[in-house]
Amino acid sequence: MLKLGDVPEPVLPARDWVRVMPSVSGICGSDLAAISGHISLYLDPLTSYPFVPGHEVVGVLDDGARVVIEPALGCVVRGIDPLCPRCAEGRPGLCYNVTEGPIEVGLQTGYCADTGGGWGEVLVAHPSQVHAVPDSLSDEAAALIEPFACCIHAALRGGATKDDIVVVSGAGTIGLLTVAAVRLFTPPKRLLAIAKHPTQRDLARKLGADQVVAPSEAYQRIRFATAARRLDGINRPLLLGGADITFECVGRADSLNDAVRFTREGGTVVAVGMPGEEKVDWAPIWQRELTVTGAYAYGSEPKRKGRKTFDLALEAAAELPLGELTGPLFGLADYRDAIAYAMSAGRLGAVKVAFDLRGLRA
Amino acid sequence: MPRPGAVIEVDRNTPPVLFHFGEGIRLEKLPLGARIVYPPDPLEPIAHPERAIRRALAKPLEDDPLKSLLRRGMKLTIAFDDLSLPLPPMAAPDVRQLVMEEVIDMAAEAGVEDVHVIAALGLHRRMTDDELRHIVGDRIFTTFHPDRLYQHDGEDPENNVYVGKTAQGEEVTLNRRAAESDLVIYVNLTLVPMDGGHKSMSTGLASFRSIRAHHNAKTLLASRSYMNPPDSALHHSCMRQGQLIEDTVRVFHIETTVNNHAFPAIANFMQKRETDWTAQDQAMFLATKQMTDLAPPAFKRNVFHAMRAPYGLTAVNAGQVDAVHDKTLEAVRKQLNVQVEGQTDIVTLGVPYLGPYNVNAPMNPILVVCMGLGYLFNFYRNQPVLRKGGVLILTHPCRYEFDAVQHPSYIDYYDEVLADTTDPIEIEAKYEIRFAEDPWFRQLYRKSHAYHGIHPHYAWIWAAHAMQHAGDVIFVGADRDVVHRLGFKAATTLEDAFEMAEQTVGRYPSVTHLRTPPIMLCEVE
Repeated sequence: MLKLGDVPEPVLPARDWVRVMPSVSGICGSDLAAISGHISLYLDPLTSYPFVPGHEVVGVLDDGARVVIEPALGCVVRGIDPLCPRCAEGRPGLCYNVTEGPIEVGLQTGYCADTGGGWGEVLVAHPSQVHAVPDSLSDEAAALIEPFACCIHAALRGGATKDDIVVVSGAGTIGLLTVAAVRLFTPPKRLLAIAKHPTQRDLARKLGADQVVAPSEAYQRIRFATAARRLDGINRPLLLGGADITFECVGRADSLNDAVRFTREGGTVVAVGMPGEEKVDWAPIWQRELTVTGAYAYGSEPKRKGRKTFDLALEAAAELPLGELTGPLFGLADYRDAIAYAMSAGRLGAVKVAFDLRGLRA
Repeated sequence: MPRPGAVIEVDRNTPPVLFHFGEGIRLEKLPLGARIVYPPDPLEPIAHPERAIRRALAKPLEDDPLKSLLRRGMKLTIAFDDLSLPLPPMAAPDVRQLVMEEVIDMAAEAGVEDVHVIAALGLHRRMTDDELRHIVGDRIFTTFHPDRLYQHDGEDPENNVYVGKTAQGEEVTLNRRAAESDLVIYVNLTLVPMDGGHKSMSTGLASFRSIRAHHNAKTLLASRSYMNPPDSALHHSCMRQGQLIEDTVRVFHIETTVNNHAFPAIANFMQKRETDWTAQDQAMFLATKQMTDLAPPAFKRNVFHAMRAPYGLTAVNAGQVDAVHDKTLEAVRKQLNVQVEGQTDIVTLGVPYLGPYNVNAPMNPILVVCMGLGYLFNFYRNQPVLRKGGVLILTHPCRYEFDAVQHPSYIDYYDEVLADTTDPIEIEAKYEIRFAEDPWFRQLYRKSHAYHGIHPHYAWIWAAHAMQHAGDVIFVGADRDVVHRLGFKAATTLEDAFEMAEQTVGRYPSVTHLRTPPIMLCEVE
């Protein structure tokens, strides 16, 4: 259940933690899934309640410095030494100590009872979670650094080369930012985006898609782009041949089932959009010997000399019109409208609906 | 005595005129002073086709009688034109059946055993067994199919041979069986002057490698028009290739022509001038109009595509290709020619439901362009009926509707290519090879019933001359998005179209309506 109310300010769990006053905080697809009850129950034991949502946050520290929050609550944040093997690899999103340390269970800020979240006036963060925002980046653009970092991580996991034909399925925030990340970090031979709504189509092109196609024409267009063969099955078509790499950014059964049918034999499907308990036909994965890989969160990127994904995102953001993706902004008091708007964002011509909390500080 | 074609000037007593509108029809009032060009009435058909065929084979033009060319132990190949003509398909028996039965009987009498019958479909789609049977008849189908009656495959690497290059550098390939035969007998049906002659062998039994020499934007733009072979670069190229083929293999040509009796009794009003409509014709018009206005497209399509034309044979000639084709063209012109004095600012045309490439399928937007701006516009000699820079107004619903079996590459051509550019030259440079060599299109052409991957480009460039010639092209009653994708303008009514045309040709323009089909060839003075 989601409700607006006054809760005690989160306590600093350790002396080195800092307070962050959110300025703009995005409404993520995972937030909407949690609110609407569609979220995977797998995540329930990895969450502590009650919590203040919001993990796409740009805010200010007590000294007025503008920062974005890297929400993953891994070993470093929890003060655990030695680090678990995954954190030691620089992958705090995969930390298996998320139940340990001075704060409650939680994969991320915004899903932990002790840290507060971006949809509140104050949250607490470990210094390793805090990244300075350059002046050139507006709050609206900076609110997208967290999802952009996720997408850069996904692009690097997909590892497209200049000879690959890549499909990005879905053109919400994650889909669009994946288009941008693939274009900037692993530019392929051809990048196709599957987008449903006109604004999404325009932005996908602007962010680097060579071609934008409607979901209904995805098989036709991907077939032509890859010179594959198309067979029309009883329930849906399949391609013999197809995309080298597909970034699945919707997380729904329809889209997942299409992705495993239009990705070529031996190709890769990267699950970027947060899925729930979806019914997916595994036969194509089995028969086509697909590599299906998840791409969750961020950390440090071995393919970029171990640099932090957030740093890569902050650098790359300067080249992108990220500010155009954020809006409309709502006050917390209008949270019902904000969530309703976010639920239909694509249809309403929006990408990232967010809360504007700057007024609360004034 | 059938009436020749006529040019009628619209006055106060002129009734509204019929416009074809895809799988529908409309009556439209034309402005006073406009001209309506009507095709000639159907010529009287030859009373005894079998006798005429036997006579042609016994007394060929500039060649020996067929009987003398046939001998025991020889390898004989009979090639014939596919279902892209005549349109609508001919009521049984098809004249090709009559000719082939005669030839096969003659071969049997001479003791020829090694006989193959090949549908010379070039890069067209494979016909279904029923379609094949309709052309060749039961007897030939039952005797020869499938081992010795089959369809040419221009993508079969084993069964196409390289013949050589013309002096102009045009590569020539030929069906292997034909190339290795002692004699090829080509059985043709010429409906329009574009067909037949050297073009039969050089496209019907060829491959993309060979056909691309003349099926290209540059050649089509230099063909004014391709319905008049002497002025057609397309035909000059086919002729060079054909001569090379004739040097390689012995070919005996049999060409037939039919009259323009395109519509069966039930649609007789389409065949007649509106002033000649009887009460029965008017009733049939009203019934057809009601049906086509109300019925769903698929139903209308089934009704229209089931129509068979009562064409009658008007000529059959056999022998040496050039001598035969001269006679054929003479017969075609006798049926189709209409004298038209001078050009006009506006030409109006109704695009019917059927063209050469959509038998038993919807006419997709690219084929609408091919039919309207390609075939119908090009039915002229000397000069187009439309003046340079004039406005061409066409009626067709032009829906986004494609047959996935017959026209798979058309869908990509429309969605990808025409979204990029509509310029034939630019398209060719960017996309020709990609469409021609797409392995899936190749497979669908070879194993299914799909037109070759490159075919939508050919359909598009067939309209290149009209696109270059017309100052504006307006589609009436068409889907606006589709028309804009095609690069043209859309109008709701014919009146709107005339008003839009004023911006290009000024007020009080001269107007000619080509009341076709039935087809005709305008001799424009």
